Amino acid sequence: MGKWDWQVFLQDTGGGQTYLQWMLSAWGWTMSVAVLALIVALIVGSFMGILRTTPSKVLVFIGDAWTELFRNIPLLVQIFLWYHVIPSLFLSLRAVPSFVLVVFALGFFTSARIAEQVRAGIQSLPKGQTYAGLATGLTRVQTYRYVLLPMAFRIVIPPLTSESMNIIKNTSVAFAVSIAELTMFAMQAQEETSRGVEIYLAVTLLYFVSAFAVNRIAALIERRVQVPGLLGAK
Amino acid sequence: MNLDFGFFNWQIVQSFILKGLAFSVQLTLIAMVGGIALGTVLALMRLSGKPWLVMPAAAYVNVLRSIPLVMVILWFFLLIPLLLGRPLGAEVSAMITFTVFEAAYYSEIMRAGIQSVPKGQVAAGYAVGMTYAQCMKLIVLPQAFRNMLPVLLTQTIILFQDTSLVYAIGAYDLLKGFEVAGKNFNRPVETYLAAAVVYFVICFSLSMTVRQLQKKIAIIR
Repeated sequence: MGKWDWQVFLQDTGGGQTYLQWMLSAWGWTMSVAVLALIVALIVGSFMGILRTTPSKVLVFIGDAWTELFRNIPLLVQIFLWYHVIPSLFLSLRAVPSFVLVVFALGFFTSARIAEQVRAGIQSLPKGQTYAGLATGLTRVQTYRYVLLPMAFRIVIPPLTSESMNIIKNTSVAFAVSIAELTMFAMQAQEETSRGVEIYLAVTLLYFVSAFAVNRIAALIERRVQVPGLLGAK
Repeated sequence: MNLDFGFFNWQIVQSFILKGLAFSVQLTLIAMVGGIALGTVLALMRLSGKPWLVMPAAAYVNVLRSIPLVMVILWFFLLIPLLLGRPLGAEVSAMITFTVFEAAYYSEIMRAGIQSVPKGQVAAGYAVGMTYAQCMKLIVLPQAFRNMLPVLLTQTIILFQDTSLVYAIGAYDLLKGFEVAGKNFNRPVETYLAAAVVYFVICFSLSMTVRQLQKKIAIIR
């Protein structure tokens, strides 16, 4: 396999920057896609998850259909749909940059999983809490806002943590539509320098670091918002 | 833009799509069987209580679970020729990659399944004179498989979806079949839509089947 050659990262790419600089900027793209997609996924996923727990059959159907639709199509195919199909069906979207399309693709894909977690979190609460909320004169919206959701969101923090780590891993699929993220960098730099092992090691390490950082941040949030007296609280 | 599916006929399905579907299904089945077998071994190692078995198994599972699958695919595609001295081709490389990768996920499922069997049963097995291997083979693993069957199958549906990622090394799978057909007939929009529908129909009906199975198992228990 030959000797290590870590100096490859100091070589010029031909574009006035070194491979190291290119890699760090790719890391930035990976994290930007991940964070923005996570925001989309949390908003849409919570909304759909809540719909699935309402007494209205229509709303439950909408939430269920959303979840099944985005859960049963591979992420790569969904990214192709956003990138190739949607702009040609809706001409006004043609000017939207592919970065935004990938954020929505990954965000909606993940929203289906988050909807599932949020639904399970809300349904794990005793029914009596809903009744108690309604009985004290709260409207259904208020019951969700002040009784159910504050508990449910705390319960779903652990599964949401692993979804946040998944979203970082899943940004790698964006290579297929030429987003300049880490995997794209790995493939191109490997081809240009033939130092694949060094390049892949560095990129893999960056994925590790990113996922680990998310894990720690989530643990911090979990500690901050824990309800005293429940299992798991210190 | 108007969609035109008029060009789709049996000829195209036969010459582009079926070949890809066959590979995707083959890859899924190989990785499922190999992954569950290797995953079970890893789970037994992790539950053995012996540090020299626990540590490598835990490292294997945790490392693979924190790397994106696309990177794992690229790693194997890069390393296999370096180690063997000759390339194996994208298809074989994908089969090895998916088996190794999925084993990490199946092993977590099997670990939970094994842990769901009451300890007393193992003690009872030892008490009647069974060896460790007999206990596992005759008492624990059959129940672990049964308890975990719905989860193992759900993971397999995810695996089937993930096979589309062999795109990264250019293997000819179901998605590639649609893509090539789309390029040949200059109808990429229609073929990507068709690919989404086909994946959806396959995965949705499989997950419905798993759900039915889950209900049945729940009743028996």
